[in-house]
Amino acid sequence: MSTIPADLKYTTSHEWVRHLDDGTVLVGITDHAQDALGDLVFVEAPESGTTVSVGDACAVVESVKAASDVYSPIEGEVVEGNAELADRPELVNQDPYGEGWIMKIRPAEGFDPEGLLESDAYAATLED
Amino acid sequence: MSEPLIFELSRPGRRATAQAPLTSVDVDVPEQFRRSSTPVLPEVSELQAVRHYTRLSRLNFSIDTHFYPLGSCTMKYNPRACNQLAMLPEFLGRHPLAPAETAPGFMACLWDLQEILKEVTGMRGVSLTPMAGAQGEFAGVAMIRAYHLARGDDHRNEIIVPDAAHGTNPATATMCGCKVIEIPTGADGDVDLDALSAAVGPNTAGIMLTNPSTVGVFDRNIQAISRMVHEAGGLLYYDGANLNAILGKVRPGDMGFDVIHMNLHKTFSTPHGGGGPGSGAVGVSERLLPFMPVPFVGEAEGGGYRWIDESERPQSIGRLSAFMGNAGVLLRAYVYARLLGREGMPRIAEYATLNANYLMKRLAEAGFDLAYPERRASHEFIVTLKRQARELDVSAMDFAKRLLDYGFHAPTTYFPLLVPECLLIEPTETETREILDEFVAAMAAILDEAGQDAEKLKGAPYTTPVRRLDDVRAARQLDVAWKGEDAA
Repeated sequence: MSTIPADLKYTTSHEWVRHLDDGTVLVGITDHAQDALGDLVFVEAPESGTTVSVGDACAVVESVKAASDVYSPIEGEVVEGNAELADRPELVNQDPYGEGWIMKIRPAEGFDPEGLLESDAYAATLED
Repeated sequence: MSEPLIFELSRPGRRATAQAPLTSVDVDVPEQFRRSSTPVLPEVSELQAVRHYTRLSRLNFSIDTHFYPLGSCTMKYNPRACNQLAMLPEFLGRHPLAPAETAPGFMACLWDLQEILKEVTGMRGVSLTPMAGAQGEFAGVAMIRAYHLARGDDHRNEIIVPDAAHGTNPATATMCGCKVIEIPTGADGDVDLDALSAAVGPNTAGIMLTNPSTVGVFDRNIQAISRMVHEAGGLLYYDGANLNAILGKVRPGDMGFDVIHMNLHKTFSTPHGGGGPGSGAVGVSERLLPFMPVPFVGEAEGGGYRWIDESERPQSIGRLSAFMGNAGVLLRAYVYARLLGREGMPRIAEYATLNANYLMKRLAEAGFDLAYPERRASHEFIVTLKRQARELDVSAMDFAKRLLDYGFHAPTTYFPLLVPECLLIEPTETETREILDEFVAAMAAILDEAGQDAEKLKGAPYTTPVRRLDDVRAARQLDVAWKGEDAA
């Protein structure tokens, strides 16, 4: 069974969102997503300054099986892409909710993340 | 693998005298363009070279030695007659810049091939010039884009692509400056019509469809799809990857497609293992005729044939290669088409689908889960090993590797992406029932092994020249070029 931390928010396309104290959010892919993709060989994180809307393909994760887009769960501006992943894509497999974060976004003024799922709702989407 | 690189066999001064020029050649190249150092080439005897490459060829796992059910690749038998006739010295000796009137036979063959492909696909024009499938795709979408631009519809830049599509489809649309709109596939394998209805609009340039699709089923709603896209002002692009399933039976032109690319190296059976050479001929409907890539063959006044180029087709998307496509591949495809004739072509589709459906049923009986059990297969079908992965902790890749030990090339693994732990299996029409039965027996034996000793599968293959490779490390630290002894 994959891990789904209760303190995060989720999307049906398998991204997670963590709200930080400074008002920014961290975004990554879930344990389920990294497990389904298999060992990652390449991650393209977005450059800082990129403006993103909800659903925009803004990062790429590639494994030996497949290449997939990562979609922004947030409207706002990317303040940092995880540069560490360029050399160490395996961090996403090893620690998807920690060191394997993909991008940090500053949400747009007044952005309401109402579409995001709680952990139990996300878990329900994974059941067959 | 025991065979060394040919560079490792090299010894200074060793020569294959038959290939060495007897006298020094006087070359008319300005001094500043001449190299001052000797190129790093292996120095071996002729016998060493012959043995080296013969040994390498025997390490091959190929269509000539093994059943090769690689889904979506149509690894069918390449008739020797096609090779023999394409290798006639008059074809081999023709210079690509030789005037058309000096090669009437060659021109006639290409003209006939264009006409045959028009007839069998239901299109109005065919250009043979794209060098491979991906270039054929590029030509197709470039024509769609050129069509809209010529009408002043600059804003039409959205290409709709189902999520089951080959990865080349969205890549092609992007290369042509279009925006990709992905739509989902329904649970039954057909395109989700509600999603399509929501996706089409005033910016729609077109849709790229593979039919039968990559999940191995014929989209039953193709006429509705065609109507919806055309009513929105978009065009329909047919990805010819799976043309083998319908060859001579159903024509993409009759389904409403405006442009099609054909993989002649697949459907028309020219050798294509190991990356080429290919041929991605394109066919078009009436409205795309002015945009076809050049050159293509036209009839000359007073008989014979001639090249038609930019001077007569100012709206053409242009040239895609130095000359006119891969001549050798086109000639082989032409001979193949003529060997089959009008009567033979539908038999390809009939036996390709019969073999696929037979294999699908037998594998289901042997305990494998089908991705679309309620659907009839086209020329290929998908087995999902999701249950085995969960219950026995073996993956589709483990099955694929173990099949090599049983003397079968693995099916396509992990494609299409929307089916977990999948094997995409395409037997083609050229296999016998005995081979199909042997493949089922091997799959059943591996399933049995998986239940008894999963580790055995994880260690496979055991009998091949190289064992299981570390594909993750290979992808992360790609190293495919010999860089000289200093680097080693």
